[in-house]
Amino acid sequence: MTDATGVSAARPRGVLSRLARRKLAVFGALIIVLIVGAALFAPLIAPFAPDDQMFDGLTLQGAPMPPDAKFLMGTDLLGRDLFSRILYGARTSLVIGVVANGLALLIGTLVGLTAGYFGGWLGAALMRFTDLMMAFPALLLAICLAAIFQPSLWIVALVIALVNWVQTARVIYTETTAIAARDFIAAERTLGAGTGRILFRHILPHLMPTIIVWGTLGISTTVLLEATLSFLGVGVQPPTPSWGNIIFENQTYFQSAPWLVFIPGVAIILLALAFNLVGDALRDELDPTQRGRT
Amino acid sequence: MLGYLTRRLVQSALILLGVSFITFLLLYVLPADPVRQIAGRAATPETVENIRRQLGLDQPFFVQYGRYLWGLVQGDMGRSYLQKTEVTELILSRLPATLLLMLAAITAELVIGLAMGIIAAVWRGRWPDQVLMMTSFITVSAPQFVVSLLMLYVFAVQLRWFPIGGYGTFAHLVLPALTLGILGSGWYARMMRSSMIDVLRSDFIRTARAKGLGRARVVLRHAFPNAVLPVIAMIGIDIGIFMGGIVVVESVFGWPGIGQLAWQAIQRVDIPIIMGVTLVSACAIVLGNLLADLLAPFVDPRIKLR
Repeated sequence: MTDATGVSAARPRGVLSRLARRKLAVFGALIIVLIVGAALFAPLIAPFAPDDQMFDGLTLQGAPMPPDAKFLMGTDLLGRDLFSRILYGARTSLVIGVVANGLALLIGTLVGLTAGYFGGWLGAALMRFTDLMMAFPALLLAICLAAIFQPSLWIVALVIALVNWVQTARVIYTETTAIAARDFIAAERTLGAGTGRILFRHILPHLMPTIIVWGTLGISTTVLLEATLSFLGVGVQPPTPSWGNIIFENQTYFQSAPWLVFIPGVAIILLALAFNLVGDALRDELDPTQRGRT
Repeated sequence: MLGYLTRRLVQSALILLGVSFITFLLLYVLPADPVRQIAGRAATPETVENIRRQLGLDQPFFVQYGRYLWGLVQGDMGRSYLQKTEVTELILSRLPATLLLMLAAITAELVIGLAMGIIAAVWRGRWPDQVLMMTSFITVSAPQFVVSLLMLYVFAVQLRWFPIGGYGTFAHLVLPALTLGILGSGWYARMMRSSMIDVLRSDFIRTARAKGLGRARVVLRHAFPNAVLPVIAMIGIDIGIFMGGIVVVESVFGWPGIGQLAWQAIQRVDIPIIMGVTLVSACAIVLGNLLADLLAPFVDPRIKLR
């Protein structure tokens, strides 16, 4: 009998060492470590409080200060230190990335697993609903929802999760139907294993590689969506710093103080890029159908 | 084939019905009250009630939804709350701008993306490939608004080659189309690269090379037409992606398409417009996916439409 847990426990070590040989994946992982470190230790690293409107933080004309020795990344329109805001903004991005994406992954996995294993009218209904969600203009829906509810960090995370679970559900559905049709599942059932045991002890472990890959790639999508919502002013609300809303707040100065737009912009790109690089490498290593294609 | 098409069209109609229901429901339960927006802050409770009754917003949910659907099958999407214009008319007046941008953007994506993909495939594993694939990773990781602002800063503010926003001339079209082109190119580049690598491995390419044909000729005249088919077939999917992101680019560049219309409507809780744009976008997504599925058998004869 196939011991599913044994198989998946043996693989990660091999995967990690193979990932370590991929330069891009290592580069991505380094960026992630750096940004997570910046977020965790923000209070220790940040030279100023993120919402401290300093009276020497603006020029005599009241314009933001360009980067110098005191304000490493300059100051924003209210005279706050941009470097400190970027550090605290990393927290927002990561919290949304982990919470919203985790929630999306949970919904997607549950829907896909249920529809794939049980099939029948329940499966059909769930998958038709998934198809329906695929036809939604996702960003428009997210903007609409976020604009309607007074957006807080958690509402934004929820909105993103409600929009982003669909892809995962489809992939998990396809894989579950394939696994459920395999002999060892039939054997388990013959031996009297309950539905819960089959689903969570035997099918779920086989789905882990897919979940890990989509979970990693999904963080990148989530980070971009949060940044976009915040840029439009319907995401995370100031004064809580988020890389998207820093750009939203300062875009009027974007011609005279471009660093206020491009420093947070680069931060967003780096974070999304890092998770894409790691996720892509993971897909190559974990998904047998993708191996050798690149 | 005809049976397949009919069934898919019926399915598409059902999906759109579902989209309309969910959107209508979401907008119905929303905490923001459109009537207060219309009446303004100074309005008396009686005025508010009057407007509510006029718009039929005092009716139960299913009556409102039924009326909306009844209008929809007659091609009537209702009337904007604030602009007092037919939504159909508003959308039709904005649609050409969006379609123009879509055409220009997809052209730009294809030109940039296919070129990147071909170069990467030909120099597979060497530095041009590595640089281009890294670039394609960056393009899929960059938010639209950051690239839009970057393009504006470099080409409109600093170099002053193009206007900073607006609509009307070819110069206005360049930056938004190029922004979308760069952002979408990574997606096409990766597909083109793997498709090209598959084709370059095949026997007829080896024969062509063995005949003594030049490398450039083999790549462009023999391999390219074969490799490009599966990529072209994905344009339908891309239409959906385009429709999903239209709001941001149109509002940053001041492009008067349906994305900008939607964004303004969302800020003013102008529900009929939000409904209308959502449905039009969903329509484009559904038809785009259908197009991609219909093209698939031409690319790979093993695929049968059932």
